Amino acid sequence: MNLLTIIGALPLLACVVIALLPKGNNELIKRVAFTATLIIAIASVFLATGFDKTQSGFQYVQSNKWISAFNINFALGIDGISLVLILLSTLLVPIVVLATWNESDGGRWGSKVFYILILILETMMIGVFAATDLFLFYVFFEAMLIPVYFLIGGFGSGEKSAAAVKFLLYSLFGGLLMLASIIGLYVIAGNQIGATFDLTQLATLKIDSRTENILFLGFFIAFAIKAPLVPFHTWLPDAAKSATPGTSVLLLGVLDKVGTYGMIRFCIALFPDASKTFTPLIITLAVISILYGAFMAIGQRDIKGLIAFTSISHFGFITMGIFAMTTQGMSGATLYMVNHGFSTAALFLIAGWMITRRKSSTISDFGGLQRVTPVMAWTFFIAGMSSLALPGLSSFVSEFLVLVGTYTRYPVAAIIGTLGIVLAALYILIPIQKALHGPTTPGNESLTDLTLREKIAIAPVIAIIIVMGFYPKPVLDLINPTAEKVVTTAGFTDPAAKVGK
Amino acid sequence: MLTAPVLNYTLLSPILIVLGGALITVLVEAFVGKVHRAAIQLTITLGSLFLSLIQLWGIRDKFSTTAAVGSVVIDKAGIFLQATIVILSLIAVLLIADQDNFVSKASAVPGSTEESEAIQTGVQQTEIFPLFLFAVAGMMLFPVASDLITLFVALEVFSLPLYLLSGLSRRRRLLSQEAALKYFLLGAYSSAFFLFGAAFLYGYSGTVSISGIASAISNNAGNDVFMLLGIVFISVGLLFKISAVPFHSWTPDVYQGAPTPITGFMAACTKVAAFGAILRIFYVGLSGVYTEWRPIITVIAIITMIFGSVVAIAQRDIKRMLAYSSIAHAGFLLSGLLALSKDGLAASLFYLFAYGVATVAAFGIISLIRDSAGEVTDLNHWVGLGKRSPLIAGSFAFLLLSFAGIPLTSGFVGKFAIFTAAYATGNIGLVVVGVLSSAIAAFFYIRVIIMMFFTDPQQDSLSVVIPTIKSRVAISSALLISVLLGLAPSLLLNTATTFANFIK
Repeated sequence: MNLLTIIGALPLLACVVIALLPKGNNELIKRVAFTATLIIAIASVFLATGFDKTQSGFQYVQSNKWISAFNINFALGIDGISLVLILLSTLLVPIVVLATWNESDGGRWGSKVFYILILILETMMIGVFAATDLFLFYVFFEAMLIPVYFLIGGFGSGEKSAAAVKFLLYSLFGGLLMLASIIGLYVIAGNQIGATFDLTQLATLKIDSRTENILFLGFFIAFAIKAPLVPFHTWLPDAAKSATPGTSVLLLGVLDKVGTYGMIRFCIALFPDASKTFTPLIITLAVISILYGAFMAIGQRDIKGLIAFTSISHFGFITMGIFAMTTQGMSGATLYMVNHGFSTAALFLIAGWMITRRKSSTISDFGGLQRVTPVMAWTFFIAGMSSLALPGLSSFVSEFLVLVGTYTRYPVAAIIGTLGIVLAALYILIPIQKALHGPTTPGNESLTDLTLREKIAIAPVIAIIIVMGFYPKPVLDLINPTAEKVVTTAGFTDPAAKVGK
Repeated sequence: MLTAPVLNYTLLSPILIVLGGALITVLVEAFVGKVHRAAIQLTITLGSLFLSLIQLWGIRDKFSTTAAVGSVVIDKAGIFLQATIVILSLIAVLLIADQDNFVSKASAVPGSTEESEAIQTGVQQTEIFPLFLFAVAGMMLFPVASDLITLFVALEVFSLPLYLLSGLSRRRRLLSQEAALKYFLLGAYSSAFFLFGAAFLYGYSGTVSISGIASAISNNAGNDVFMLLGIVFISVGLLFKISAVPFHSWTPDVYQGAPTPITGFMAACTKVAAFGAILRIFYVGLSGVYTEWRPIITVIAIITMIFGSVVAIAQRDIKRMLAYSSIAHAGFLLSGLLALSKDGLAASLFYLFAYGVATVAAFGIISLIRDSAGEVTDLNHWVGLGKRSPLIAGSFAFLLLSFAGIPLTSGFVGKFAIFTAAYATGNIGLVVVGVLSSAIAAFFYIRVIIMMFFTDPQQDSLSVVIPTIKSRVAISSALLISVLLGLAPSLLLNTATTFANFIK
């Protein structure tokens, strides 16, 4: 049992504790849940400090036999990319718990079930990023859907059960395609080097190009649905609108990152040649996502829908950075995943507070919030600025790296992608102007500002957004060696110089 | 002069014990008074099944082709299949023992005064137990029979009691009797096909033994037309029993009409027995002409998977829905047959066990959901069940997820094993169709979960009966096995791999 496994198992332990608590005492349940997730977050910081940055291989490695008939192991290990994503997950969960303290009260099943689902989800999130066995990854990847499904369907609002089903069926469909590819890969491994699911060994397989392309597509479509990339994105706006703000944060902030993470870890590492073949197509889809997401965001009246579509645009940037196959692009994309996680979290949480206060999610219902609720307005403003990648805030660094990294190989795509930044200014500034500035619209006069609990919850997110904007080095130091390794093992060399630190 | 046949009683004892138990229960039926009859019958049934299981454990490493003068073969896979049937029957009999699912006097005309009198006096139709034991014995013989005549006898021994049992539902008796008649007529028809096929194969090879047919095939002796006709007709008989499309049409009606515990028993055990026999015939007898039957069975597997999954979407009755789902599962299992490898056999053995346990548990739970008129199988009335009794609804949801093949359930491991075996032998098309139909199937399983959990209950008299100890033991042990097989499939998977062995 190393620290990584312990961190992964802690949420489950907390689940058991919560299950044993008396049913009516919601406050106690919430406190236990928050304490547990906070401890996990702190433990994961120790995970990061104990991580050797100079190495690019897997650390905290552990492997136990699970299903010996198929040589499936319970194998965990992390490199720089998975470490930062685990950190993102474990840091966001306590923030979500604290920020959405009363979210579970209106649900179908009460707080107990809500927090148990959240904690199970946390274990799955850690597991999915830490798995170094393909089968184990798949198990986490699919099993993760179930708690999210119940979180959306049981605690959401509006057309929640339809949205939950849409989410589940889309993801299951993608997952099953991936399963076919996994089986194919496993059988090929069985013929060449002996049956295995170990990622490092699977990467050494020699697959003929036709098979490789088909297997690649199985994986890629699954991840493109998850990420989501146009044209596989249609489930996301519905899910994001119906889910509670806290669930949306975890859904867009962490779960969707599994898609982009999977592209790096599986698509590129296992099928470098097929990745090369499909790169033009994928870059095109990414650019379309950037623009389409941005245009759709501009047209949104619903604030949650707006954030969902901005995310589609951002995921376009991430995918473009990944498949540019340069170290800047790769590092930038990974950093983007982290930054997008925090800025979306801020947007969704504050939007959630605005919606509960105003009892409406239509943007035009707000107006003049700056005067009535200055703290809420300012935090929303900062989160919005981060989302449009204002220099000095975190997203700027990553967006810049992605564009530079892409430009060196695909200048045209990078230039069209830059349009996305201009559009971002529109889709963020227009709602900010409508909601925060101008005269106070009727119905808003008596809105209350953030409570102390809400301020404490949002403060670390804003702090991270600002600090990462000026000083991204610690995170980049973790990411860079792994990003370089991914690009070089896939057989690419950078057309330009390395990342300036 | 007639010489007495030499029988190896030790190897045959698992079957003989169950048959013996069946005969004793017939005697009990005749001589024991009404008051204690049900309890005694249940004790004898459980006892003989347990004894049989212990005997199976005792002979687990034995091989023999001569246990009953060449008509029964005892080998690893056969013992595994027999043990699966006995274990599933043990669980199922506890559900069957809850007599209020069964008609109190089968001979009374539905709706007559005789019937209501019988209900008032508390008469019970305890003939269920001997019928059940005969069916189990026939099922145990079916996958170990090594000639076509014994196969046919076993087929009839387990089919006839099932036809009767299907007609014994306490409520909606006309539906139940209709189902029994339908099952009987179509079953008799398919038996005739089987017998006809056996005759053709005899004509081709001059023998009825499966290994004899195999050697005739490898020597290329005889007329190929007879062989092909024989294979086709025998397949029709067997595919009927596993409800593969296009021989499936009885399945939804019988599943719906039969008393729910019987449906569970039938769905789980018939599938194991019939697939056991199919696997033996095709692996041992007909593997020499693989290329001849592979295209037909592949097409059948594909349409079975797709048809079962698609038609299940339109169902409004939970029992009919599970019937179509069982059709889809038959398609998945046929992929394991088509793999025709040791891995394929092991995967099929695992799948049959895991699917059987989940099926018995699912039908056990269905029998608990009732209103004043008896069981409620109309899905519209299941709305809001999650609120009314979260534990029952949660368990049922788990089983549905297992049928759908979500990771961390036994259904997923089974599917993975089967598809891996199919892929490894080059049936990639099958794997793709299988995966896609799993995606379709997920839709209707999840729809039930939505109804149970995400919709508010209606104001009606739906209630969940508090299960008796017997049902509780049965359902919870089946659930426990399902959970275990999902989390630690190695427990059974390794056993299935060591037992995946037919001898000729």
